[in-house]
Amino acid sequence: RTVKYHTTPGGSITKILIANRGEIACRVIRTAKKMGVQSVAVYSAADRNSMHVDMADEAYAIGPAPSQQSYLAMEKIIQVAKSSAAQAIHPGYGFLSENMEFAELCKQEGIIFIGPPSSAIRDMGIKSTSKSIMAAAGVPIVEGYHGQDQSDQCLKEHAGKIGYPVMIKAVRGGGGKVRGMRIIRSEKEFQEQLESARREAKKSFNDDAMLIEKFVDTPRSTAEHVEVQVFGDHHGNAVYLFERDCSVQRRHQKIIEEAPAPGINPEVRRRLGEAAVRAAKAVNYVGAGTVEFIMDSKHNFYFMEMNTRLQVEHPVTEMITGTDLVEWQLRIAAGEKIPLSQEEIPLQGHAFEARIYAEDPDNNFMPGAGPLVHLSTPPADMSTRIETGVRQGDEVSVHYDPMIAKLVVWAADRQSALSKLRYSLHQYNIVGLRTNVDFLLRLSGHPEFEAGNVHTDFIPQHHKDLLPTHSTIAEESVCQAALGLILKEKEMTSAFKLHTQDQFSPFSFSSGRRLNISYTRNMTLRSGKSDIAIAVTYNRDGSYDMQLVIYFKDFSPQIENKSFHVLGDLSSEDGCTFLKSSINGVASKAKFILLDNTIYLFSMEGSIEVGIPVPKYLSPASAEGTQGGTIAPMTGTIEKVFVKAGDRVKAGDSLMVMIAMKMEHTIKAPKDGRIKKVLFSEGTQANRHAPLVEFEEEESDK
Amino acid sequence: PCSRASVPRQRAYHGDSVARLGTQPDSGSSTYQENYEQMKALVSQLHERAQYVRLGGSEKARARHTSRGKLLPRDRIDNLIDPGSPFLEFSQFAGYQLYGDEEVPAGGIITGIGRVSGIAVVMGSCTAGGAYVPAMADENIIVQKQGTIFLAGPPLVKAATGEEVSAEDLGGADLHCRSNHRKSGVTDHYALDDHHALHLTRKVVRSLNYQKKLDVTVEPSEEPLFPADELYGIVGANLKRSFDVREVIARIVDGSRFSEFKAFYGDTLVTARFARIFGYPVGIIGNNGVLFSESAKKGAHFIQLCCQRNIPLLFLQNITGFMVGRDYEAEGIAKDGAKMVAAVACAKVPKITVIIGGSYGAGNYGMCGRAYSPRFLYVWPNARISVMGGEQAATVLATVARDQKAREGKQFSSAEEAALKEPIIKRFEEEGNPYYSSARLWDDGIIDPVDTRLVLGLSLSAALNAPIQRTDFGIFRM
Repeated sequence: RTVKYHTTPGGSITKILIANRGEIACRVIRTAKKMGVQSVAVYSAADRNSMHVDMADEAYAIGPAPSQQSYLAMEKIIQVAKSSAAQAIHPGYGFLSENMEFAELCKQEGIIFIGPPSSAIRDMGIKSTSKSIMAAAGVPIVEGYHGQDQSDQCLKEHAGKIGYPVMIKAVRGGGGKVRGMRIIRSEKEFQEQLESARREAKKSFNDDAMLIEKFVDTPRSTAEHVEVQVFGDHHGNAVYLFERDCSVQRRHQKIIEEAPAPGINPEVRRRLGEAAVRAAKAVNYVGAGTVEFIMDSKHNFYFMEMNTRLQVEHPVTEMITGTDLVEWQLRIAAGEKIPLSQEEIPLQGHAFEARIYAEDPDNNFMPGAGPLVHLSTPPADMSTRIETGVRQGDEVSVHYDPMIAKLVVWAADRQSALSKLRYSLHQYNIVGLRTNVDFLLRLSGHPEFEAGNVHTDFIPQHHKDLLPTHSTIAEESVCQAALGLILKEKEMTSAFKLHTQDQFSPFSFSSGRRLNISYTRNMTLRSGKSDIAIAVTYNRDGSYDMQLVIYFKDFSPQIENKSFHVLGDLSSEDGCTFLKSSINGVASKAKFILLDNTIYLFSMEGSIEVGIPVPKYLSPASAEGTQGGTIAPMTGTIEKVFVKAGDRVKAGDSLMVMIAMKMEHTIKAPKDGRIKKVLFSEGTQANRHAPLVEFEEEESDK
Repeated sequence: PCSRASVPRQRAYHGDSVARLGTQPDSGSSTYQENYEQMKALVSQLHERAQYVRLGGSEKARARHTSRGKLLPRDRIDNLIDPGSPFLEFSQFAGYQLYGDEEVPAGGIITGIGRVSGIAVVMGSCTAGGAYVPAMADENIIVQKQGTIFLAGPPLVKAATGEEVSAEDLGGADLHCRSNHRKSGVTDHYALDDHHALHLTRKVVRSLNYQKKLDVTVEPSEEPLFPADELYGIVGANLKRSFDVREVIARIVDGSRFSEFKAFYGDTLVTARFARIFGYPVGIIGNNGVLFSESAKKGAHFIQLCCQRNIPLLFLQNITGFMVGRDYEAEGIAKDGAKMVAAVACAKVPKITVIIGGSYGAGNYGMCGRAYSPRFLYVWPNARISVMGGEQAATVLATVARDQKAREGKQFSSAEEAALKEPIIKRFEEEGNPYYSSARLWDDGIIDPVDTRLVLGLSLSAALNAPIQRTDFGIFRM
């Protein structure tokens, strides 16, 4: 096999364009800087002020926010590469990374595509093809249907033949691409799921061809979803860099990855690696790739697919092998040989990666967006990496993936790495939008996770532990929040008096002093749906006595006669405010953030959010009229409307389909009834919490 | 107890530093301990009584008030002033035991100074004369369905004209705030409830465009070297026991720093300069005994100095009076005393008086008693105020009675004398009591000696809101 590049033989790459955004663009730029390679960023209108633009040596605007018109606009990107004289394009992951046409286009334009040859992308991108190639190369595969006949009847027949549960996937979809992927557990739901998968596939890949696979979800005691990192070069060499376990997923997306996979012995590891190398060689693979296997309880593994890109979770592999895979990519793209031979690649220690997302775990992991009003991270060091593309003040955009960062930790063994992961997660504090940090903490702290019993059904299986429905706030936490609020107020008063002539007036002391009597201040804070009345008595020595009464919604108040003796102070470290407090003699320290009407406390014990209720006379007219109807779970576009005014529906019937954050959300009827009004038509945009459908008032409602 | 780190001072070299004064008391001595216990008992009584006044009424009455969605007056104040900021309350004992069994906590009105200013908030009824309070305010606020303003309430209107009308229709918020149908415009802001009214009030204050300008220099404040509660042991409750007022000053002023003016002249009057309280400069006049001619002349001189320099004056009263007797009259003590009284009367700098012991006779004038318009006058719970001591008064009256009997040729037995003196002594004791004077607003409140420094700091801060006027002393009789 001969490969021609316009670079001079043996010549190196001196300038690359990164056709991506966010953390991966920053990741690639970092390595480029280290290697003395100039970097060119491209950005959409939504990313004008983003981190990757700041980090790059040059940056070019390539269009409006929607990816179709920016990060997926091949011609524009090629144009920028040419005008900036970049010799190579790094596609990152997602976007154009596995786009055969783009790889082809680069080749035509004489630009190095940092990835495999287009033929390998094509072969691996079409599931049916990849499976037959693998079968021929002697790599074990999973049963399925990869045929040309895409009729509903044919697909349904094959699904029945393979046996439920089955997974239908877009033929053009990749591993991380959940669009166009559905698990179907019975024939009953086949039709609806198939149509929905096709719609997504059509939208995402402009191709709604589907394949069907047996859904293997039996093993429960060991890692089941294992992937092997491989590298190939232009000289026919291929190596493996061991496996990663990515079993723990939600919405079919990975959230915690680790390397090496737990419970795999060296013999299985070697067999896996060798099978992956065989797979890579079968398609003359060049650059970074990942071969995914599914494994049963007896450690039999089957080829699932090959991802022809650098994966999101590549850092865990880097941590255990001491390599920089982006550097390898650049060297190999420049025509060099793989830097290390198979024997030279070490496997040391254990690494975890936790993906921090803007999403709401309590609401089916609904993706979110918004400003990162406060963002503080654990300090990075040799064994802690923070891979991110955002800074405090930046926004998680509705247009792209809602991942905020990847937290990567390494330690000598799995248990130590896990402790370090949890310790670091406690220090990853975000305010402004909902994140999965607390969820990741519960997940990584689960005894079964600790034992290495991870599998794709981990979250549904341990739902109760991981997503507790009701958590009561500790009274001590309420005291902490109240103390923080009082001290913050004091700090503001002190800051204010410095601007006056009368700086030392005792009136500006927030001492709450009264003559001959004590001052008891009544405050109200809110935790979840409970209001908490706190009587704070200011003591002469600067401490406070707090008495709490908790009012649960719909319940009589829970009178607590316990009194708390509270004292503490606020201090500033690295731009963050810390609250040191002593409550009934127990000292603790927490990061304290006061934003709008909410107090946030982050400590090793966890994170606490306490609201400051807004008085009625200051709150806008309460939102009415959403009851008995349905509201948009987030901002998005109405894709399909199934009902019209006057229709009679039953609870659970699909009313609309909404596309938001690149996902389909089906809006279902909350109750039986007759539709009074449909407030949005197909193709229109609905804001978060906008009522979508109105129901007729029913007699029984009154 | 005195190992506090000192705050760096502005003056860096010795020549400019102000010495720290005051001495470590012998806290093990029986006198100190007895004093401490007695004063402590008086302070505990003060706190208990204040706590009762604070409630403002019976539990039933308070529940009735709050059940209407209204805030109790003290809660209104807490919501009005800056959260957590101090409130300098006056006359907590106004009306105390003044109306027999009828209790009027704090005289039925809470007065004091917090960080606010003349805005009327109508949260209940303002009838007749009361109607003019909001009407005369710069800006006012009324609470819907609770506040009413009218010159005559419904019963009087009915009696006078026969018109039958509800309080709300007669003078409620809708009538006074809205202009849609012959409506009055008496009030400016319409509040939904008490909390809203107080929120609006704070907004009004925010718009006052007021900036405090000080006529005095300020310096960073520093706690005294000595613990304030040592005042209990030093002063005690027995007025016959003398104490050095310099020890009191050392427990009130910044860093216990002050220097004396004319330390060796007229030494029954201590005049302290270069003293500061919460950074505000203050000239202090305290008693270390009866006033002689020299003491009075020294006092007059010192007051002139402070007025010349715009330094507020603090009087620490513990005075039995001016010296009496033939030699002193001959010396012209009336003339010298007049100098001091005139100086006190004329001084336009802010004057603040604290009665820390006895306050008797013309000493009360010379040391800026109520009639001499101190901006604030506070008393300690051990204080006694009267023209003369009860003992002396009884003796004087007994002497008068004996002389009268003698003129009538009658005997005046010792039993008769005792019977005459006993009720007089008792009455003096009762009427010289600080609660008696506070109930009648002869002072601005009884304070715990430990709170003196804070109260003075707040009072000085409040007094310095107004510009200091120049003093014209008139004529001193030389």
